[in-house]
Amino acid sequence: MKTTSRLAENLPRRDFIKACVKATALMGLPASLSSRVEAAAQTAARPTVIWLHFQECTGCSESVLRSSHPSVSELVLDLISLDYHETLMAGAGLQAEEALHASMEANRGKYFLVVEGAVPTAMDGIFCMIGGKTALASLREVAEGAAAILCIGTCSSFGGIQAAPPNPTGARGVSEILPDKAIINIPGCPPSPYNFLSTILYYLTFNRFPELDALRRPKFAYGRRIHEHCERRPHFDAGRFASEYGDEGHAAGYCLYKLGCKGPVTYANCSVQRFNDAGVWPVSIGHPCIGCTEPDVMFHQTVAQKAQIEDPTPFAGFPSTEPTPKGSGPDPLTVGVLGLFAGAGIGAGAMLARKLPNRLDPEQQAEPHPTTKSDDADET
Amino acid sequence: MSHHEYQKVEGRIFSRSFFILLTFVLIGMSLIVVRFVKGIGAVSNMNDGYPWGIWIAYDVATGTAIACGGYAVAILVYIRNHMRYHPLMRSCILTSLFGYGLAGFSVMVDLGRPWNAYNFFLPSKWQFNSVMFEVALCVMAYSMVLLIEFLPAILYSLEKSKWVRFRRFMDWLHPRLVPDKKAVLDKIERVQAGAGWLRPRLEKILIFIIVLGITLPTMHQSSLGSMLLIAPTKLHPLWHTPMLPLLFLINAIFMGYSIVIFESIISSYSFNRPYESREIAGVSRVIPGFTVVWMLVVFGDLAYRGQLGAAFSMDHLSLWFLAQMVLVGTGSFLLLGARGPSSPRRSPRRLFISAALILVGGAVYRFNVYLIGFDPGQGWSYFPSLAEIMITVGIVSLELLGYLVLVKMVPVLPKAHGAPPLQTQNA
Repeated sequence: MKTTSRLAENLPRRDFIKACVKATALMGLPASLSSRVEAAAQTAARPTVIWLHFQECTGCSESVLRSSHPSVSELVLDLISLDYHETLMAGAGLQAEEALHASMEANRGKYFLVVEGAVPTAMDGIFCMIGGKTALASLREVAEGAAAILCIGTCSSFGGIQAAPPNPTGARGVSEILPDKAIINIPGCPPSPYNFLSTILYYLTFNRFPELDALRRPKFAYGRRIHEHCERRPHFDAGRFASEYGDEGHAAGYCLYKLGCKGPVTYANCSVQRFNDAGVWPVSIGHPCIGCTEPDVMFHQTVAQKAQIEDPTPFAGFPSTEPTPKGSGPDPLTVGVLGLFAGAGIGAGAMLARKLPNRLDPEQQAEPHPTTKSDDADET
Repeated sequence: MSHHEYQKVEGRIFSRSFFILLTFVLIGMSLIVVRFVKGIGAVSNMNDGYPWGIWIAYDVATGTAIACGGYAVAILVYIRNHMRYHPLMRSCILTSLFGYGLAGFSVMVDLGRPWNAYNFFLPSKWQFNSVMFEVALCVMAYSMVLLIEFLPAILYSLEKSKWVRFRRFMDWLHPRLVPDKKAVLDKIERVQAGAGWLRPRLEKILIFIIVLGITLPTMHQSSLGSMLLIAPTKLHPLWHTPMLPLLFLINAIFMGYSIVIFESIISSYSFNRPYESREIAGVSRVIPGFTVVWMLVVFGDLAYRGQLGAAFSMDHLSLWFLAQMVLVGTGSFLLLGARGPSSPRRSPRRLFISAALILVGGAVYRFNVYLIGFDPGQGWSYFPSLAEIMITVGIVSLELLGYLVLVKMVPVLPKAHGAPPLQTQNA
């Protein structure tokens, strides 16, 4: 399909290329593939997307929309054909329901479902009703004809704050309710918009989804722990910690582990990708990581609770903090030869000293040199 | 300057010591070839933690101090105006020349990439804030100065010599290899005339060169200490002090006097010459003054910085420190005594032992600063490899070999008066 996407038309060419290159890098693809990402973003048919909101705060939509990166919101909205999004669409009521059903019928088996928010299951799901239907019913209905489901945010991925004990609404993540569907979780509270965008671009480029971990998160973004590539990691390895907010160590930018940083147990790329296009993330401004991308950390442990460190030493790619032996010490042959020279030197010196006269007879001494002035009193 | 103060040593050049030294030189030179072909890692144990190995610690930092005999005696002769030490001058300059020239050579071996060396001569590439640049420039300039200072001796030989060895060599060569004997012999006359023309003119301006020859070592011997000033976190507090430049300068001076004594006694013994006991006794009388000041500065500085405890903590660095002090102290103590013919300084044995102790002590101090007390951290370690040591041994042998050959070709050693005719015995 060779239709030029609205994305490429609406964005300045330079910004478009930059966004594509950035997405390529974020997916961990070789730079040479950026042209394929561009081509896909430019010409691929725009997939239909239906975006459902359940128990949530709309922070994930905000994150995607309010990203100050040049027109990422445009990129997302132009890249995909967003047929239904409860907080963005202009239509309402019956009109909106009809649009949803029309799109589902027209694109059955091809459209993507993006879910934002947890799904209540207690008491038949009456805690969240849209258009007279429970969230559970809506999800089952739309998910049935979906090619794949993208769960944006921790609520739809793992239940989020709604699923925190005692969980009165029986809130659950989508993958618990529909374990057999093709689901990609993009957890985070909110997730980095670029993780979401890159997942979609990956699909458009290669026509398949990126490699996922056991929790169905894309490995390119959630493959490593925050702790592994945190800018404060050297302080951790050197044992320099902030002990409380505002103390000397905190002011000096030391490791926040003792304040309860969950970096050691949280898989995410925040320390690398960062937020707000201004290079900031919680740890950089002095707040410990709260583990928002993990199902059992945020809202299951207090912020101040210290994380269990499974792997106290830095991973092998880091320079060691232990004084490992470097350089070569003495080898026996060298020491032997050196000893031989030293021994010969001392021996020759001693022998010479023994042979040298201790006292000189007057005739053994050189005569005073003719140029020597006899008025030099010393030593004559 | 009188050329009658000096004389050649008679004897065969190709003696047994010549061939022993030549063997070491050849081993060292072939290892240097390996170094340039296969890279420095193939011969050396130096690493990122210890980028300076024994080539710097010995050949440059210690070797140039040992080569300070020319400097130290020049102070005595030209500053203190004791002209009676002038007969020692030429042999001191010769050893200094070899010491400095080969220190520069060692640096070239150490640095590698000789094709970049020309940059050193381009003032546009100079970095005037660098201590290392100062050392490099001074070493290079001082080598030139020493060469010029020694030139009159060579010119004198060219002029006055009968070229016996050269003629014998021509006779020894196969007739086909000798181009035209008569033409060559004519050339000799022209060389002799040229040397005779140049020498008096050179000697007229020599005093300016001598002034340089005293200034330059004062500059760079202190700079050798300044080089370690930038390493306060790496060099142990026993040795890292703002006094490093001063300590290195004084250390170079008393090592210079010691090597004069050491060399004079060994020359007298091995060439079977009378001992220059009056001159070396006079030189040795100067040494304790310098060593006492040096030791006072060392201990005073340690006390001022509150590091005296580290000096006597008896760990291995403290032992190295004490070794350096005890060696220099004992050597100086042996030199104390009344003046006169029965002075302990008239005993060649005592002088030899004393000079050897002070030289070893001074060298231990320089090794302490450059290698032993130097800890780059993170578990780095360094011990010279065999090849590295053999390169240094080769360079030192080259120094001795050159000395041995030149004293027999050029009048270098002081003329012995009223002594039996010179015969080489052990050389």
